[in-house]
Amino acid sequence: MKILVCISAVPDTTSKINFTADQKSFDTGGVQFVINPNDEFGLTRAVWFKEQQGAEVHIATVGEASVEPIMRKALAIGADKAFRINTHPLDGFLVANTLSEHIKTEHYDLVICGRESIDYNGNMVPGLIANHCNFAFINTCTSLTVDGNKATATREIDGGSETLETQLPLVVGAQKGLVEESDLKIPNMRGIMSARTKPLEIITPSSLETLTEDLSFEKPDSKGAITLVDEANIDQLIELLHKEAKVL
Amino acid sequence: MSVLVYLESENKAYKKTANELASYAAELANQLNTEAIGLVINNDQPEIIGGLNQIISVNNEALDTYTAEKFASLISVAFEKSGAQYLVIGSSADSKYLGGLISAKSSSGYIPNVIALPENIDGKTAFKRTVFTNKGYALTTPKTKRCIIGLSKNSFGSVRSDSGSRVESMILDVIDDPVSLISKSTVNGKATIADADIVVSAGRGLKGPENWHLIEELADVLGAATACSKPVSDLGWRPHSEHVGQTGKPVATNLYIAIGISGAIQHLAGINASKIKVVINNDPEAPFFKAADYGIVGDAFTIVPQLIEKLKAFKAENA
Ligand SMILES: Cc1cc2nc3c(=O)[nH]c(=O)nc-3n(C[C@H](O)[C@H](O)[C@H](O)COP(=O)(O)OP(=O)(O)OC[C@H]3O[C@@H](n4cnc5c(N)ncnc54)[C@H](O)[C@@H]3O)c2cc1C
Repeated sequence: MKILVCISAVPDTTSKINFTADQKSFDTGGVQFVINPNDEFGLTRAVWFKEQQGAEVHIATVGEASVEPIMRKALAIGADKAFRINTHPLDGFLVANTLSEHIKTEHYDLVICGRESIDYNGNMVPGLIANHCNFAFINTCTSLTVDGNKATATREIDGGSETLETQLPLVVGAQKGLVEESDLKIPNMRGIMSARTKPLEIITPSSLETLTEDLSFEKPDSKGAITLVDEANIDQLIELLHKEAKVL
Repeated sequence: MSVLVYLESENKAYKKTANELASYAAELANQLNTEAIGLVINNDQPEIIGGLNQIISVNNEALDTYTAEKFASLISVAFEKSGAQYLVIGSSADSKYLGGLISAKSSSGYIPNVIALPENIDGKTAFKRTVFTNKGYALTTPKTKRCIIGLSKNSFGSVRSDSGSRVESMILDVIDDPVSLISKSTVNGKATIADADIVVSAGRGLKGPENWHLIEELADVLGAATACSKPVSDLGWRPHSEHVGQTGKPVATNLYIAIGISGAIQHLAGINASKIKVVINNDPEAPFFKAADYGIVGDAFTIVPQLIEKLKAFKAENA
């Protein structure tokens, strides 16, 4: 089985988000980038397929050279080969389109994306890829097994879960649950050393088409002050929620 | 040039979100001087949603079970046939699953997490959407003729309309889905994080899973869904499906009550879209106090039982 894990580089979850003075773009100054958490669950499952079922694991990231450190980290975690699609990921369509072009040339059996990236929260890349490449698609995937050509997956739905079955080739939208938090791999010294010499190919995409454009960005208004209620006066809280906030 | 809105059904009836989606679509159509059309699949009473110029109702046994490819194909065909410029969809797990698929099938841009009607920026129609998990907003414009708008739950509200809508049946082909549903399990009769008006959430301050009866009882009184912080689900005290925050489920309810949760930035990002936030924490320095609307500094184990009793009395009085 040949697997591609699509990885996006996102601001560390503790980052304060700021935009440039002209409000036109995200200010990356002082921001530490990490592997998108949803993608990390997917990568860990892919490495499990490598260790248990002899899969070959590639990763691909759409981005400029600045994303290479997180790609090296993914190699250190256990991926065999990396592809960087050399352009700025302007919208979800551009990302999916350029990844699809790569997927068609490499003939993967399984493509794992995160269900969404925590920066632009587009939640569209896996669905777009599935359609472009004519793969089956399972989103919000919380378990995945592959037996020959058959894949069985669990999908999280609102208020429950579903078990689904399909044939490879398949795209999944990964999230927490696909592997346990405690099974996420921290690269060890050997992994880090070997990642330095693993192949990282740079691809120039043939189309840079986008379907949407972000015209400007804003930060949320700062919040007003909290109303504190004394613990001896819980009735007051209920009164406030009822009369002032009107949520009870 | 019209606005088409896909209104989800469950067990042949509208899902709760249908009112807000129809209200948004009607206002968007009004702004554009055009018609709003609903698209409804396997619903016994499609006419009960008001405010739309027309409702297209599709009935087919093959659509009794939801699978994404099948639904996305059908909705794309309806989008094409209707000649609509916009397709509005919701933010449920099922609808988010459809967004990318319909976008590809209909060659139209998809703008998810939209929270408002469009504004005009230098002659372009821009939709405000949340980015960086509620830590920012983007104003995004479609570059395609047709466009899919994913409306965030609880961002627009429902406008009441007493007039029903005119219903027309449409017959559309249903494709075979390469993915098949083997089984489905849902928690019956309990509010879900996605649907509930109130969410009661607790963190590591609750000390252990044996104390969650307090949280469940409080949720029961309020008809609320239960949720938890990430470490609580990592420790196995609660199922992963209850983990809310930047790396868990997003929450956008009317009332979010956080008990024994410190208010880490990743937690707050995921719940910030909720209208009113209440915090109960024994540490006055907990960051959650900076993000909440109302708070009580004190021990959850003494406050929550009292809150339950007082809410029961309040409910009995206001029933
Ligand atoms: C990559 C990454 C992603 C993350 N994503 C998420 C996410 O999506 N969601 C999320 O929740 N977290 C997330 N986190 C974790 C986050 O950083 C915090 O560690 C976590 O939210 C803390 O959970 P907590 O508030 O339950 O526990 P703690 O931080 O331990 O806080 C417990 C609180 O309970 C209070 N308390 C203790 N006893 C009592 C009592 N008797 N009565 C009242 N209050 C009491 C304490 O004062 C304290 O404030 C993420 C972390 C990382 C690194």
